[in-house]
Amino acid sequence: MSTQSSGETPGFGPDLVEVFGPSQQDGGPELVQLLTPEGERVEHPDFSFDLGDDAILGFYRDMVLTRRIDTEATALQRHGELGIWAQLLGQEAAQIGAGRSLRPQDFVFPTYREHGVAWCKGVDPLDLLGLFRGVDQGSWDPADNNFGLYTIVIGAQTLHATGYAMGLQRDGVVGTGDPDRDAAVIAHFGDGASSQGDVNESFIFAASYNAPVVFFCQNNQWAISEPIERQTRIPLYQRALGFGFPGVRVDGNDVLATYAVTQAALQRARDGQGPTLVEAYTYRMGAHTTTDDPTRYRLSDDLERWKLKDPIARVKAYLRRNGVADDSFFADVQQEADDLGHRLREGCKALPDPQPLSMFDHVYSEMTEELVAQRDGFAAYLESFEGAH
Amino acid sequence: MATQGTQRITLAKGLNMGLRKAMEDDPKVLLMGEDVGKLGGVFRITDGLQKDFGEDRVIDSPLAESGIVGTAVGLALRGYRPVVEIQFDGFVYPAYDQIVCQVAKIQFRSQGKLKMPMVIRIPFGGGIGAVEHHSESPEAQFAHTPGLKVVACSNPVDGYWMIQQAIASDDPVIFLEPKRQYHADKADLDESATPEPLFTSRVVRAGTDATVLAYGPMVKSALAAAEAAATEGKSLEVIDLRTLSPLDMAPVYESVRRTGHAVVAHEAHVNLGMGAEIASRITEQCFYSLEAPVLRVGAFDTPYPPSRIEEDYLPDLDRILDAVDRSLEF
Repeated sequence: MSTQSSGETPGFGPDLVEVFGPSQQDGGPELVQLLTPEGERVEHPDFSFDLGDDAILGFYRDMVLTRRIDTEATALQRHGELGIWAQLLGQEAAQIGAGRSLRPQDFVFPTYREHGVAWCKGVDPLDLLGLFRGVDQGSWDPADNNFGLYTIVIGAQTLHATGYAMGLQRDGVVGTGDPDRDAAVIAHFGDGASSQGDVNESFIFAASYNAPVVFFCQNNQWAISEPIERQTRIPLYQRALGFGFPGVRVDGNDVLATYAVTQAALQRARDGQGPTLVEAYTYRMGAHTTTDDPTRYRLSDDLERWKLKDPIARVKAYLRRNGVADDSFFADVQQEADDLGHRLREGCKALPDPQPLSMFDHVYSEMTEELVAQRDGFAAYLESFEGAH
Repeated sequence: MATQGTQRITLAKGLNMGLRKAMEDDPKVLLMGEDVGKLGGVFRITDGLQKDFGEDRVIDSPLAESGIVGTAVGLALRGYRPVVEIQFDGFVYPAYDQIVCQVAKIQFRSQGKLKMPMVIRIPFGGGIGAVEHHSESPEAQFAHTPGLKVVACSNPVDGYWMIQQAIASDDPVIFLEPKRQYHADKADLDESATPEPLFTSRVVRAGTDATVLAYGPMVKSALAAAEAAATEGKSLEVIDLRTLSPLDMAPVYESVRRTGHAVVAHEAHVNLGMGAEIASRITEQCFYSLEAPVLRVGAFDTPYPPSRIEEDYLPDLDRILDAVDRSLEF
């Protein structure tokens, strides 16, 4: 069965364009790009990168360290120290570009893969590991860094983001013109989540209330084994139009473009101009998670083609070609990555298991009598074993 | 007749007054739902509130229940205390994922760093001659979910107090309102009174021969059954459970230990309904006091039937009395 449309139906307007054919292979003509895969700066009529080379050096460092968090965590899973890990390999530019465009007062609603955004918001990467090790379900305090807990149910957080943005409106911190006060929300999700009702409902609510939220979709082309063609018949960014707000497709492997586009979308939101959908067009170079085996469903050719668009390599090429960074810079970043990897490795192994009785805590703001009885009964049961503790 | 300092109100009015009071007391309280604004809700529970508190606090939402509850989660995370109205019981299911996976678990997931002070109001139960999906009793599905609290009011005075107490709770509360009672009976409300705590059950009629347990719409039926039984010389004690999660069983145990007989009545299906849990707990705690098995009276285990036969489907005074008789004759 063909997944492409065929033939025009009179009276129903123009036929759907071929959105997954050769013309779209690199993201299509609408793709916003400011740094080519070869590391050359290019202009775009609507978006520009207005920070200097120092910022690009910082982005490079962020991306290398984020990739190191990812590879280290993947290795920790292979060594049995984590139960599972959701890899972001290949999505570093999308996450750092988006993460660095946030102001401290902006709030992030992540999926379970936003390790790079967490890094930008100042969440200790060691804190991310607890969830995947099974010692907690997210140990950081969202209030510390305005970075919400990882959400595992696909797309559920987009509604939370929209509601939070409605709260910002009611708090009078939207459209005041004060850059230190005006705030926005960013909702992360993926191409698979774009099929969820919650995501579509969040688009409707955000549009209806003109909520200051940026919907940041990392289209990494795969929802576990299902290709993007299974989720949509039009480019995802175009869906926004149907909901009544703008959508932009940006090269998600281009950290400069992702920064520029997301920054502009966040500013629209902070200014009170409502939601935007940013589709960061990227590729999941690794597996969905460490339990996944992409060789069962996709061709290695595909991966090889995307490796040529590696988000880190192009920044490195730019920095080298233009003499912005020398060998010592790259060596320093490498050393910092090694140190971070070492810290994560040792820190992960030292994460303590929770006490069994702690499961009764925080079900409610105060433990109910029934739970007290269950906890006490379980404690007595544990005590009853000889040589317990 | 209302005495001085009191007023005679319906359940709908009690809830409306309670919502108004909660909004006056705390500017963070927001109402959200379908048609809750200008219309005042399809049952008029939010009548006049948007006019007085504005569109930012009484929010007409798009017709999407998951969207309503999911955005309310975000509002709660921002420090608001959203009260959402699900228009009818059978429409809560699109929001079920948000309620069970998010609302119920966020406090636990965050180890108490995040609170979820949300009230989800659901008009529930049948008897109004409605079409499909408008008469259901889904309470057990929520009482089964750790992290949620579930309460059901049965009368106008409780409606006034319980909605305010639920809004003040830092835990998410599923708030069940017996829709067939909204505009039925009136009662005297004394706003200066001190209400009982929210998560408590209450003996609403003292008796000695058997204990009848009910909540929501069945409290009225249970009281009517007790009245009828009295004419036959049988003394029934009636307990309004009021809270379904957590259950407040102490008054129940105390009663059953005296009477030796217990009948649980609800409009929900019998199979795995609240009555099953209550019967099990009574059996565990009152085993040597029981003169008969705990009996359950509820709807049959069928989908809600066409409304012309709903009175056959729903338990009523006679079915409660039938169960009481079977218990006493055991």
